[in-house]
Amino acid sequence: MKDSLEMEQPILTDQPLSWWKKSLNIRTACLYLLPSFFLFAVFLFYPMAKTVYLSFFLTDQQGIANVFVGLENYQYLLQSESFRKSIKATILFVLYTVPTGVMIALALALLTNEKVKGIGIFRTMYASTMGVSVAASSVVWLFLFHPSIGFFNKIITAIGGESVSWLLDPSWALVSISVTTIWMNIGFSFLILLGGLQNIDEQLYESAKIDGASYLYKLRRITIPMLSPTLFFVLTVSLINAFQTFGQVDILTQGGPSESTNVIVYSIYREAFVNYQFGTASAQSVFLFLCILIVTIMQFKFGEKKVHYQ
Amino acid sequence: MNGLLKKIALYLVLTITAFVVFFPILYAFLISFMTGGELLQGNLFSKSFHLENYQKAFERLPLAHYLMNSFIISLSVMIGQLVVSSMAAYAFVFIPFKGRDAIFFLFISTMMIPWEATMIPNFITIQQLDWINTYQGLTIPFFAMAFGTFLLRQHFKTIPKELDEAAQVAGISRFKFFVKIVVPYCKNSLITLGAYSFLTTWNMYLWPLLVTNNDSVRTVQIGLKQLRTQELATDWGVVMAGVVVVIIPTLVLLFIGQKYLQKGLAQGALK
Repeated sequence: MKDSLEMEQPILTDQPLSWWKKSLNIRTACLYLLPSFFLFAVFLFYPMAKTVYLSFFLTDQQGIANVFVGLENYQYLLQSESFRKSIKATILFVLYTVPTGVMIALALALLTNEKVKGIGIFRTMYASTMGVSVAASSVVWLFLFHPSIGFFNKIITAIGGESVSWLLDPSWALVSISVTTIWMNIGFSFLILLGGLQNIDEQLYESAKIDGASYLYKLRRITIPMLSPTLFFVLTVSLINAFQTFGQVDILTQGGPSESTNVIVYSIYREAFVNYQFGTASAQSVFLFLCILIVTIMQFKFGEKKVHYQ
Repeated sequence: MNGLLKKIALYLVLTITAFVVFFPILYAFLISFMTGGELLQGNLFSKSFHLENYQKAFERLPLAHYLMNSFIISLSVMIGQLVVSSMAAYAFVFIPFKGRDAIFFLFISTMMIPWEATMIPNFITIQQLDWINTYQGLTIPFFAMAFGTFLLRQHFKTIPKELDEAAQVAGISRFKFFVKIVVPYCKNSLITLGAYSFLTTWNMYLWPLLVTNNDSVRTVQIGLKQLRTQELATDWGVVMAGVVVVIIPTLVLLFIGQKYLQKGLAQGALK
């Protein structure tokens, strides 16, 4: 990196500052922002625009746009049974995973916010799922769900129940994937929420203690309002993550059985890289983009008002 | 008395929930030491401690090579993200220029574009650059990161403005100020972000799946997928051995960096 202040020669005249001198700051700033800008342009803005562009075309196998078809890709999607299933699976998946996941993480964070001996070990154990990758978690849960030697069915049959074909039964598959996902996300949500809890001013609790407030009262009146920005953040991140789910579906079910777990990103992947239908895959990507855009805007519009900032 | 009971109840709840949460990881460890026969019987503990599964996992896949690849890729992305984001954050905090807020808003808006919505053109770009099966194809697209810039900006802002002014008066160059003062001052945020980007890169799945089609730069996560397809219903001990090998580096990193992540990420989330 060239240094801008050193390059500059001292100006000894009384003349007004030259344009060159005045624009020093902006030139320096550009230098510092250039890497980010360049990368965003090449790997984010350009491809996003290209995705929109491709969604109006039929493409060949290399992804070169051939025939302009206008909105036909979108029309095709709206009529496609498969896409409707994918939307349904995605929405159900979001509903199954986000509220439950955040609630569990919040409960664990509240539990470990108590100052007792050995709490560090418990915190580490709850956070541990963050260190387990999507692929690794999925493989472990694949085994837990194994129809004959898996842990769950072993337990069920041991107490006299009938084994469940978790990942092969259309009514169970999405639930199974959701459970896996909730588990995978506990670590991250927990860690952030715990951090948020520890940032709350001790003194607020001290004064409540003097007033003899109950735990639930403190929770409702102090903890939750003070934690709301963090909760809001965790909720947004979980929602966006849920829309972007891919790995667990690829390893556990490959979108099956009968497309019951074909969530949107998996559907895009299949359409583009298995069927080579880049046009319709791009239309789906635009759809995904809009979903996330709406979620983010809604959260900022409605969420922001209810959130209490310190 | 009441206090003691409460304490016991708390520990009980903590222990049970910790066991439930940690169980899948523990289970993977236990199974990785089991023979096929023991597995079928449904034992939880192996009678003898043997490492055969690990040996097999390394024999069947170039697991060591994949580990190496994952290390190289995660480290590169980590360093790349730290350099690129801290430079951008520096400009946003210390260099006043026209339109700074608008540009910052543009940065933040990139967080609304899901990476998956751009993957088709990105894949085509990588193909045209002839970057399939290369380290650069797996790393460079991830160097710029709005979240990282945002997080660092929050911390850079806490540096007293007087320090910057004094440095300018003393004729210390911007770059020197950045390297000698800003970076050491914000060490904690940089560690947080570094740990976070290493973790997320190590765990990346979809992109390595797309841009690798041979073993040369393939990562451990894809190795797990291969192991899963090869060994299905046969040798689960070997598969779990693979899982353990893959998760140990990130678990260790998490245990070391947990305090930083807990504090740092929450801060980034708030302000």
